[in-house]
Amino acid sequence: MTALCEFQHVGFAYPAGAHGRPPFEIRDLSFALAPGEVLGLIGPNAAGKTTVIRLLSRVLEPSRGEVLLAGRSASRLGRAAIARQVAVVPQDVPQGFPYTVEQLVLMGRFPHAPGRFFESREDLEIAREAMALTGVEALAAEPLDRLSGGERQRVVLARALAQRPRLLVLDEPTAHLDLRYQAECVALLRRLHRDEGLGILLVSHDLNLAAEVSDRLLLMAAGSAVSVGTPEEVMQETVLEAVYGCRVVVDKHPATRKPTVNVVWPDGR
Amino acid sequence: MTGGVRLAWICCGLLLLLSAVTLGSLLVGAAPVSPGAVLDLITGRGPSQGTDRTVILAIRVPRIAAALLAGGALAVAGAGFQALTRNPLAEPSILGVSGGAAFGVVLGQVSGLGQGIVEALGLTALGFAGALVAGIAVYLIAYTADGLPVHTLLLAGVIVGIFFSAAITVLISIVDTNRLGGVIHWLLGSVAPIPPASLAVFALATAAGVWLVLGQARALNLLALGEEGASELGVNALRVKRRIFAGAALLTGTVVAFVGPIGFVGLIVPQALRMLLGPDNRIIVPAALLAGGAFLLAADTLARTVVAPAELSVGVLTSFCGAPFFIWLLRSRVGRPTP
Repeated sequence: MTALCEFQHVGFAYPAGAHGRPPFEIRDLSFALAPGEVLGLIGPNAAGKTTVIRLLSRVLEPSRGEVLLAGRSASRLGRAAIARQVAVVPQDVPQGFPYTVEQLVLMGRFPHAPGRFFESREDLEIAREAMALTGVEALAAEPLDRLSGGERQRVVLARALAQRPRLLVLDEPTAHLDLRYQAECVALLRRLHRDEGLGILLVSHDLNLAAEVSDRLLLMAAGSAVSVGTPEEVMQETVLEAVYGCRVVVDKHPATRKPTVNVVWPDGR
Repeated sequence: MTGGVRLAWICCGLLLLLSAVTLGSLLVGAAPVSPGAVLDLITGRGPSQGTDRTVILAIRVPRIAAALLAGGALAVAGAGFQALTRNPLAEPSILGVSGGAAFGVVLGQVSGLGQGIVEALGLTALGFAGALVAGIAVYLIAYTADGLPVHTLLLAGVIVGIFFSAAITVLISIVDTNRLGGVIHWLLGSVAPIPPASLAVFALATAAGVWLVLGQARALNLLALGEEGASELGVNALRVKRRIFAGAALLTGTVVAFVGPIGFVGLIVPQALRMLLGPDNRIIVPAALLAGGAFLLAADTLARTVVAPAELSVGVLTSFCGAPFFIWLLRSRVGRPTP
């Protein structure tokens, strides 16, 4: 079976010293995501998680190796062709975004007919379906900046679903959410995964969330893959302590038996 | 209601407004012509000679056409610049783009480009070139790694505008005053009757500019997500920005070549439309074409009647309306950039 997306020895370096940041690069990164799989991409700050998203959506081009989408090289696919396969769910919309919920969700239909001036009736139906899936139909006419963080998160997810992608890339989906919305978000992701057969790349700082919903985890540090495998295989105390540079305790979730991690807070002495 | 139906209704409404303004403009003027005579002349039933015929067909009609084209073009250029820079205050005259275009046109006028359609084509090309140069200069001055900050962009526009107006003054002072004719009047922005061949050039250049902006209207909406967000949805952000910039510069250069640097139309009209109709550029751009034409024609009709038989420059009138509007926008919305 062809992988939904595959990184083959991908290398990438940002121009050195730009804006006074230390040079950062991705070195020889290889992984594959099978159809219908949930892959959790975890790692500390500056591990290269966001760069992986940008390489996957071809906002950046790899300087070495290849990114394959459904077996075809992404560098030979047009932007719209990529957006029909891969939908990136950002953390939020920019400040002052002036459009309504429905208008934003309809923007997800752009890659399916970039030359069309107005969306078709079919586009509108698909957008309504997507809004129904994430429970935001009632907000259709609301401007984005009147919504709460949790509502906005569900709206950007609806926009990604309106793209009808095969792979959903989630960038810190629970970053702005309180516990209840985090729970709802996980339930929603599970339902989408089960009912729509979507492959999901979950990029998150939240190791417990990633371990809970992912089939496999990819742990990155400083631009390289450190460990790939099931959550049980990757969530090892020694591995995590080496990568994150702090003491942790790995345990099992009392209800789901998935691995969980807790920081052993330094006492300051 | 789908977008197409909504747009059709809005265009119908604006066309009605446009017709009403056009009719009013045909009927009033320094030389009194009875409404019946105007109607006869327009429908081709009037006398084949006479003062009335000259006044209506050789003066008022071409002037109306020029005002409609100029107003529509300026409003579309303004809508394009605002969406492109995600800055509600962007506008050809404020960005210094009109100034660059005016320099190009004055350069053409003092060097003598010939007559008729050659002159019209030459001045349009020079206006376009001047607008491009000024626009690129403003962009390079204001650009930072984080985008185009509102205040830097405005200041860069003001500086580039001052530079080009100084350059125009230099050109005017070294040229024999006899050859300058109406340059001063033109520099204030004034609509004059334009001969048919030149009017055709004006119309074609305007159509090309509107086509460039309108063709990217949907992608322009997506740019509100930021360049990266738009790219992830399949938008070629660089191409969209280039086309919008080229279209808006062409519209500005053309208008400046034919009627001079008329300020603020590109600010007032699209912003008023956004408040009424929402942010969708697929609605705003066509609406701006019609509403901009109606607005400038109304202003020009006022300019040639309030102090008749003398005339005000229409640019003076639009600036009187535009400056307070600009200040109001600056005080109320500048804190949040809108596309």
